[in-house]
Amino acid sequence: MQISGAQMVIEAFIAEGVDTVFGYPGGAIMNVYDEIYKQDGFKHILNRHEQASIHAAEGYAKASGKVGVAMITSGPGFTNAVTGLADAYMDSIPLVVISGQVPMSLIGTDGFQEIDAVGISRPCTKHNYLVTDAADLPRILKEAFYIANSGRPGPVHVDIPKDVTAQIAEFNYDIELDLETYKPHTRGNPRQIKKAMEAIANAKRPLFYLGGGIVNSNAAYEVRDLVHATQIPAVETFMARGVLAHDDALLISMLGMHGSYAANMAMSETDLVIALGARFDDRVTGKLSEFAKNADVIHVDIDPASISKLVNADYPIVGDVKNVVIQMLELTSQIDPDKYESWRDTINNFDELHPLTFHEDEERLKPQWVVKRVGELLGDSANISTDVGQHQMWAAQFYPFSRPRQWISSGGLGTMGFGFPAAIGVKAACPDKTSINFTGDGSILMNCQELMTAVEQKLPVINIILNNNFLGMVRQWQTLFYDKRHSETDLSAQPDFVKLSEAFGGIGYRVHTKEEFDAALKDAVEKNVVAFIEVIVARFENVMPMVPSGGSLFNMMLLEKKETK
Amino acid sequence: MIAENSERRVVSVIVVNEASVLSRITNLFSGRGYNITSLTVAPIPDSKYSRLTIVTSGSVRVIEQITKQLHKLIPVLKVYEHADLVEKEMALVKFPITENVSDINAICEAYNGKIVNVGNDVIITMVADEPKRVDHYLEAIKRYNPKEIVRSGAVALER
Repeated sequence: MQISGAQMVIEAFIAEGVDTVFGYPGGAIMNVYDEIYKQDGFKHILNRHEQASIHAAEGYAKASGKVGVAMITSGPGFTNAVTGLADAYMDSIPLVVISGQVPMSLIGTDGFQEIDAVGISRPCTKHNYLVTDAADLPRILKEAFYIANSGRPGPVHVDIPKDVTAQIAEFNYDIELDLETYKPHTRGNPRQIKKAMEAIANAKRPLFYLGGGIVNSNAAYEVRDLVHATQIPAVETFMARGVLAHDDALLISMLGMHGSYAANMAMSETDLVIALGARFDDRVTGKLSEFAKNADVIHVDIDPASISKLVNADYPIVGDVKNVVIQMLELTSQIDPDKYESWRDTINNFDELHPLTFHEDEERLKPQWVVKRVGELLGDSANISTDVGQHQMWAAQFYPFSRPRQWISSGGLGTMGFGFPAAIGVKAACPDKTSINFTGDGSILMNCQELMTAVEQKLPVINIILNNNFLGMVRQWQTLFYDKRHSETDLSAQPDFVKLSEAFGGIGYRVHTKEEFDAALKDAVEKNVVAFIEVIVARFENVMPMVPSGGSLFNMMLLEKKETK
Repeated sequence: MIAENSERRVVSVIVVNEASVLSRITNLFSGRGYNITSLTVAPIPDSKYSRLTIVTSGSVRVIEQITKQLHKLIPVLKVYEHADLVEKEMALVKFPITENVSDINAICEAYNGKIVNVGNDVIITMVADEPKRVDHYLEAIKRYNPKEIVRSGAVALER
């Protein structure tokens, strides 16, 4: 059929099963918005900033497992979105982002709201396109969705000049893609897998190192089977929270800079690291030369560029982690689960020596208590988003995650302002779950305009602001490593968060005590409206334990033992 | 610049011949602060692909990482990191016609070249040889007051 480029975008979305699009209109994308007005195949959610549109699409994608879709205009619309693209690229989140561009005849003339969008998005997307002919659009859109969600997922950006969205051309979406140069490996090499399983059978102190790739490939339940069949203990990365349930006896905890003592010691003492969909990030490994020093490494990853990038892999396996784990499950009979009993005991002793915990304070609420309490009250019924900073680490450490895709946080890029819009996307994807955003008094102000989006769209996100009147994580580093020179991190000048929420039509609570917090959370869940719960917490609380940047995992700063009065 | 581990490397890349593919590739080098010594591109006959030959220098580890990242780019078909290869480079040099033309011609022949153009004021020579030998040639002709020199950058094929 002969239709306009703008109509093609709509038709392609419908053919791809898109049900929600996040975006913000503007001059160069108006033709497409005109078609959005006329259709009812999907819902459009109007954010109040383009960055928030991308984060919302990320939250939607992470919670649903589907491709997130966002639409923005040229120039400032696009540049506002760049942080979101970079965030999605770092965390391997599948997105298709459509941007308007000035008409072809104006490209390169410094036209109004013109910027070289594909030039900017190139290093922060998996792939990008500048569409110069509407006849190419069906193929490009189909490729965009395929590339975004296959192999190692990531954002794909499609820049469409305004005259191309007006151009009429033939639309046929029922085409076979012919991507000769893009063929992601999906099955692991059976011989390598066999050798890896033999290495596991021969190891004395093997350790599963579970990464976010497991969530992306929907492999969490297969990984649970593998962990249980082998009875080998496991550590999770920040991105992998929820792969194993919090009460799984074989789950040690999170490892890395703010990982538990037991997890980091297990990694330091293991003789075989079994890395599944993890990429040996610097926040995980600490000092590389000391990381898992005595261990061989099995590394399963869909991205060949991730293997042996930082830590040499003795058993590299390129493949989709789900397929590889299914292949591994067929070979578990040679592994004797009883063999690792003393290794498990060793790790349990580490955990008893320095458990992941915190000290209560009678006068001030502790932020860790708040996270734990939300876990007790809401547990599995909530999806948890976060912003970036101390609150994010406390949420990762203390929330009792029970399933994959329950945990949505900006890991790689560490984008303050991610949490609230992401939680809006999460709520749009999973309306039956409570959408919680743990945030700080610094982060929340970076996208607080999304109150309007959430209120208008009736997406009742509950923002729990752990307010310590500080840019807490930076303040913690200043305290520890800069001799307490708290340069520009004191955030004592603050808005009235209760009134701020109310001004947009949400509700607000300010709480100082456990009783007040319980009452506020219950009330917000019951009322089912957009909420800010501002929790006044202990100002100088640090995230502990901690591996100082560049230090070895086994050399942690630990929680001070409480003085007995 | 970290000089100790720096090594000259030749990488060939087969890519789909389309707009923007060159900047996708050079971005991987510039983003790491790596310089490309030379780069040649030309279409492969009777196909939709082009072949790039990139000469660079850097630590083995970083070059390996760049090679892997090159593989990840969607329009890249193949990446060869050459070990055993035939490598050639061309150089054009312009001399004043007042210089000793027969000497220049003799030197060119020693480096697999000849005089390719004679004008009123200048002659132009062409040599094609291994990059190292092109260096030697350019050293040898210095005394004949070359007015302009252009090198093509290396092309390479694996044996």
